[in-house]
Amino acid sequence: MSSRPKLTREQVAARAALELRDGDCVNLGWGIPNLVSNFVPAGITVYFHSENGILGMGPRAQAGEEDYDVVDAMKVPVTVIPGASFFDQGTAHLMSRGGHLDLSMLGGLQVAENGDFANWKIPGAKGSGGIGGAMDIATGARRLIVCMEHETKEGAPKLVRRCTYPLTALACVKRVITDLSVVDVTPDGFLLREVAPGWIPQEVQQHTEARLIVRGEVPEIKLASR
Amino acid sequence: MKQKLCDTVDAAVADVPSGARIFFGGFGGAGFPNNLIQALDRQGASELTAITNNCGSGDGELGILFKHGRIRSVIASFPGPHARHFQDLYAAGKIALELVPQGILCERIRAAGAGIYGFYAAVGAGTPVADGREERVIGGRRTVFYEPLAAEFAFIKAWKADGLGNLIYRKTARNFNPLMAVAAKTTIVEVEEIVSVGSLDPEAVVTPFVFVHRIVQARGIHNVVKA
Repeated sequence: MSSRPKLTREQVAARAALELRDGDCVNLGWGIPNLVSNFVPAGITVYFHSENGILGMGPRAQAGEEDYDVVDAMKVPVTVIPGASFFDQGTAHLMSRGGHLDLSMLGGLQVAENGDFANWKIPGAKGSGGIGGAMDIATGARRLIVCMEHETKEGAPKLVRRCTYPLTALACVKRVITDLSVVDVTPDGFLLREVAPGWIPQEVQQHTEARLIVRGEVPEIKLASR
Repeated sequence: MKQKLCDTVDAAVADVPSGARIFFGGFGGAGFPNNLIQALDRQGASELTAITNNCGSGDGELGILFKHGRIRSVIASFPGPHARHFQDLYAAGKIALELVPQGILCERIRAAGAGIYGFYAAVGAGTPVADGREERVIGGRRTVFYEPLAAEFAFIKAWKADGLGNLIYRKTARNFNPLMAVAAKTTIVEVEEIVSVGSLDPEAVVTPFVFVHRIVQARGIHNVVKA
């Protein structure tokens, strides 16, 4: 087992931010994806989408300048950038479900090697649970990237052969970015694209239930310079 | 001319009977009809069905109605871990819950208002949401049938209304409100300001007055400052 550290949540978010392209319209979900907007590469403009009716969401509002009629999906007061628009919740989900956004990033509980995705309910957990916008966003995403820890806090693998948790959507994930790796979902299964600095593919495999396909040299994750 | 203006929030909700099915607008602390909710609590109707995104935050938003046992059934997308009174009732088995994906909740409501008797969507296929629902493969993709979702009342919040009931909303306080406005027999709106007919730019009206049945200027809380 490697003694090298795993990436921090911020480092995972910074790696995920390298997926952003100038002019992209992007939905960021709860968890690590919510941090990605802090790492947008310099010189590009990204129009962040919020399920409660914003395209062009900016940073969190400064203390003293909060407007509680402008909140993100986590109830946090935010700002908007030039070119932004407001609309109703149905139009917001039309954008995501209808495939009009360039990219969606969601936090995850399990991703299966066929791209099946679970992120809303842990069996046996207390409370009612809740779906929110995740099913609409995952089902309709033109490109869905899941950002999450590679394993649960208890050490259970989250990259699995078949999801055992209730699904969010079928065969929807294109890429997974974790604190150990970048993995693509391909017709043959998970293809290991990058590993955390200091880790080798065999070590990452030991932390993964599903088989990781390795083709040639697997580069280390490069972090956004910021 | 129909008179839609109500003098008080209490007058606006006076005839809501026990057992009614009600839409509640609002998301993330913004756009909740908080003053109508509190008036409904004072009025005392019970055995209600609430159709809503979430189930309150402590005593705030819908929380007070759960705290006082007014609601027996919920159709929601994300009840919320902070919906303490709802979660207590749910854990005690005292409340029925149907979870609906958020965008599908919007479209089921819109369908009810639009005279559409249901639709198929890929959302929910392969998930517990599809349990007991008709499935069909369309264009090579598994889809699930969703029926429309109507209600007797919609409780909504807007920024400004004119005397006819044309509405505009403020920023993300719009959320579910214009969707719910079209799908209830009686839509009751609380607004921050009532303006004269003709003073709203027709290009900017979001909810045309035909959908609005009662208007009340609310003087209390407009959004939740902190959960």
